[in-house]
Amino acid sequence: MIPLGHYLIVSAILFAIGTAGVFLRRNLITILLSIEIMLNAVNLTFVAFGRAQGNVDGQIITFFVMTVAAAEAAVGLAIVIALYRHRESLNPDAFQSLKW
Amino acid sequence: MPDTILFYLFAGIAIGASTLVIGQRNPMYSIMLLITSFGALSALYIQLDAPFVAMAQIIVYAGAIMVLFLFVVMLLNAPQEDAAVWDRTHPLRRPGLGRFGALLAGLLIVQLVWTLLRVNEASAAVGARGDVAAISSVRSVGRVLFTDYMFAFEATSILILVAMVGAVILAAREPGR
Repeated sequence: MIPLGHYLIVSAILFAIGTAGVFLRRNLITILLSIEIMLNAVNLTFVAFGRAQGNVDGQIITFFVMTVAAAEAAVGLAIVIALYRHRESLNPDAFQSLKW
Repeated sequence: MPDTILFYLFAGIAIGASTLVIGQRNPMYSIMLLITSFGALSALYIQLDAPFVAMAQIIVYAGAIMVLFLFVVMLLNAPQEDAAVWDRTHPLRRPGLGRFGALLAGLLIVQLVWTLLRVNEASAAVGARGDVAAISSVRSVGRVLFTDYMFAFEATSILILVAMVGAVILAAREPGR
């Protein structure tokens, strides 16, 4: 059987990749994708801990995280569309002024 | 033994695809690679006796959320990341600082792996406790979801409603423009 720690290591690596993506990429859509990677890393942790404890609570928390991720993607992409309409750019450094 | 081989195979696919996601300049390729990563993660969920989460991962994440991302990428028609003036003049974009940040991220991974390999609880087999039939059945997931987590479930429906209204208002074209 696979030890619990190996699932946690995979999850930690995925979370670090997502964090690096948020800081390194200069594209709003890729930054949102990196946030999805981080959410999935946390989901894997929840399911692995729930299985190690022998109950279904981890799966249920994962279900709620997926719902929040769907809401976050819908609102985030709407903001991206609104920003692109104003500046014709997806670079986050293009949006420095609070009002235009 | 086949369990172990499959675990390392799918974990490798998930990590490799996620690394390539943040290495691409074209967001279209990033989305396709992220769908690959989600497929490998759902295989890991099946290994953890969570078939409901695995199917929800495929249907909700790869099927709905990623299609929404694809739709927005095609709608905006901006395939390339633009290396604009901001990239060259921004004080945080100097190469030395980028390498320092990458070094810190690598050190974080090394530290986490080193710690997790040393904790006794983390080296116990993950499937040792609990009844597999009860954990993996959708019936027991649904029973706990609609009794213990009833309030959270109802609050989630309001969250979805608010997100829908917010998305419509944010993306709607302002009148008179």
